[in-house]
Amino acid sequence: MKADLVLDTKGMACPMPIVKAKKALDGLAPGQIMEVQSTDKGSVNDFQAWVKQTKHELLSYKEESGIYKFFVKKI
Amino acid sequence: MADQSTIVLFSGDLDKAIAAFIIANGAAAYDHEVTIFFTFWGLNALRKDEVVKTNKGLLEKAFGWMMPRGAKKLGLSKMNFAGLGPQMIKHVMKKHNALTLPQLIELAQEQGVKLVACTMTMDLLGLQQEELIDGLEYAGVAAYLGDASNGKVNLFI
Repeated sequence: MKADLVLDTKGMACPMPIVKAKKALDGLAPGQIMEVQSTDKGSVNDFQAWVKQTKHELLSYKEESGIYKFFVKKI
Repeated sequence: MADQSTIVLFSGDLDKAIAAFIIANGAAAYDHEVTIFFTFWGLNALRKDEVVKTNKGLLEKAFGWMMPRGAKKLGLSKMNFAGLGPQMIKHVMKKHNALTLPQLIELAQEQGVKLVACTMTMDLLGLQQEELIDGLEYAGVAAYLGDASNGKVNLFI
């Protein structure tokens, strides 16, 4: 999947991945896609909850050798 | 209107203050309007590190000397070990890339979290505005309840 913006939060602890993701998403236009990379084990649940509440769309996520990748579409 | 969240930080313990600020920063990332209301010992997290010259009575001065002067000086609620505990926690937090309390406070202010100091308990503890960090609001219970009435998440820590 092609993202308009890749946000690296690898190594960051809670709550930084979500805080950074919010800031990055604020700078995007509706319809654009952001890829967030994280190594925080809580981030799968965090991103699902956050995207739902903030009314954006989690297109997909995957884990590759300890790195979580989330594809979020700004609504 | 945006959703609202409020936290009352009553405790002056480092661990509890860290928890409060992590939740506040998370809520701000949820696009909530966030208020932290500092009362009693929680006010100590807002004190400036340096001694500020003020004009006050002996009892108030004594309170000032006995209470921790700012976010860097708070003790732990458990395993404080006369100040060794906080050093230990700060060490492991650094190892795990967690933000320190002063960094969390700065981030909260940057994200527009409203920090409100309770003026009644400031009087009780003899704390004056000049002794607290910049960018605070000063109010009482009615202002807090005004925010909390609209709050989806209201916590007392």
